[in-house]
Amino acid sequence: MRRRLAEHGIDRTLLLLVPAAAFLVVIFLYPFLYGLVLSFQPERYVGVLGNYQQFFADPFLRDTIAITLGLAVPAALFNVIASVPIAYRMRGAFRGKRLLIGMLVMPVTLGTVLIAKGLLTLLGARGWVNRALLELGVVEDPLRFVNNYWGVLLTLIITGFPFAFLLTLSYLGGIDPMLERAAATLGAGPRQRFWRITFPLLLPGLAITFILTFVLAFAVFPSAVLVGEPAGETRVISIVAYRAAYEQFDASMGSAIAMIMGVVQLAVVVVVLGVRGRLYRGPSGGGKG
Amino acid sequence: MTATRRLRELVLDGLSRSFGNQTALAALDLKIEGGEFIALLGPSGCGKSTALNCIAGLIAPTSGTISLDGRSLDATPSEKRGFGVVFQSYALFQHMTVRANIAFGLRMRRLPRERVAARVDQALALVQLDGLADRYPSQLSGGQQQRVAIARAIVIEPPLVLMDEPLSNLDAKLRLEMRTEIRRLHRELGLTTIYVTHDQEEAFSLADRLVVLREGVTQQIGAPDEIYYRPTNLYVADFVGFRNAVTMTLQRRDGDAGVASGHDLSVRGRVAGDGSEGPVTLAIRPDDLVVGGAGENAFEITVDAVEFRGRSFVVEGLTRTGQRLRGTSAAAVAIGDVATLHAPSDRVLLFTGTR
Repeated sequence: MRRRLAEHGIDRTLLLLVPAAAFLVVIFLYPFLYGLVLSFQPERYVGVLGNYQQFFADPFLRDTIAITLGLAVPAALFNVIASVPIAYRMRGAFRGKRLLIGMLVMPVTLGTVLIAKGLLTLLGARGWVNRALLELGVVEDPLRFVNNYWGVLLTLIITGFPFAFLLTLSYLGGIDPMLERAAATLGAGPRQRFWRITFPLLLPGLAITFILTFVLAFAVFPSAVLVGEPAGETRVISIVAYRAAYEQFDASMGSAIAMIMGVVQLAVVVVVLGVRGRLYRGPSGGGKG
Repeated sequence: MTATRRLRELVLDGLSRSFGNQTALAALDLKIEGGEFIALLGPSGCGKSTALNCIAGLIAPTSGTISLDGRSLDATPSEKRGFGVVFQSYALFQHMTVRANIAFGLRMRRLPRERVAARVDQALALVQLDGLADRYPSQLSGGQQQRVAIARAIVIEPPLVLMDEPLSNLDAKLRLEMRTEIRRLHRELGLTTIYVTHDQEEAFSLADRLVVLREGVTQQIGAPDEIYYRPTNLYVADFVGFRNAVTMTLQRRDGDAGVASGHDLSVRGRVAGDGSEGPVTLAIRPDDLVVGGAGENAFEITVDAVEFRGRSFVVEGLTRTGQRLRGTSAAAVAIGDVATLHAPSDRVLLFTGTR
């Protein structure tokens, strides 16, 4: 019996998973289930789905899905697309590569609040750029760069790019450089080598990169408040969830919104993974499979 | 497959490449004629792959020129040279089917769809992969992947085929099989080929001419039998299987023939190198130094090691003066026996100069 189980990979080493599993249950599964149950118990009882009905009936709440997607999808797309040419140029070894990577990855360490502060100092109504423009007489009233959609998008790009870049760089590193050389000897120019060889092999990795940066951006909260317009253009879903739970003290509604947020994220992830499933996903080396 | 754009000659003139202050290839001069099969032979790090990559245009030479039929290739990038390259790792495009892999070079040349299909089919038949066109490389065995790599390189009908240790990832049996295959393809298509290998047996069996390299420096260029029987220096001799290096003194020299003595031994052999006296180093293949054999050279050893080799035994022992010699015996010899080894003088080399 024990041998039969061992052949299927079941033996005592599996016990090593217990702490991780326990952690997952306590930190993730229990709060998730608690919130799920809570979301079906509205404060003013109007039925099990009361919170959900209210969310989708009220445009003020319902529109947050579109608003958040409108920020997270472009930010994730931009980060993935921008990281490809930069990572592609940075393959191989060259002088100063580590310094350059360090500089590109730096924003990770800064945190959203610091970045928001920086953006306000630079681009705010009394920021350097506006002051310079006013002094020079180019404009009469300060231009509005931040405290709107663009301010939040910019912050999401600044914070998300390092992740996208590092992931893309490592996916690119997994592609055998001999493949492009082989393509060159077969008559493929630099463009054809990228589009026909490297890009198709990179695409599955880019899908994962997109998912991770998307999920990161979808949960946007501090920058939507600090450099956005939290009452209007950047009324993202996490803001209304926060307000429901901690300003209106309706934990049940807050939970429902959090559940909706999770479902939307999951839907995007499933779609992207579905597309990825249609791509080639085998080894990206050139040697024996 | 139709006859290839046949190259008349490829000339390497002082081809050199350094990496930092390390010279990987030093002034390789070589003239290759159309249809020739050239092997670049040497241990790893001897510069043979560097030479191949320079010819393929994948790395730029530090100095020297490569010219094809009198036209310099210095400014021609890899993709414009049109040489077929077979890589050691095969470098197959894993996201493409076998058919798409082989068609890649033709599609880059914008051939019409039907012509591409026809030529891919021909190439598949040539490397005997007819039924596997729609598989992906990861679904193929090592030998089959190797065939795809070869088909992909020759389907573009290149004037020159470059092969970089193409058989080194295969097991021994498959290696022999593919060797025969490569020879057959070369004969059928008359493709001018440069073949890089560290395996002397492979080089001898395939090539019309060999270039032996050591630390980037050309040691000898010649036909297989020339290199096998008349290596020009001790390094090449050692590389192609000469052993029994004993330092002696050249007594007389008459053209190629010479007599040397030392360590209480006297040897008659062929002198390689300049000078008619002074130190020489003896070199004899163990296969040519035979117990109970014939020839004017006789060496007496006390046997201290015997290895069974199937058809014969390899025997090793010390001469009276303590020189270690290695020879062959048809019959079993016991350890501790005194045996007399003979070598015909035309199989004995005496390299002048000190080691």
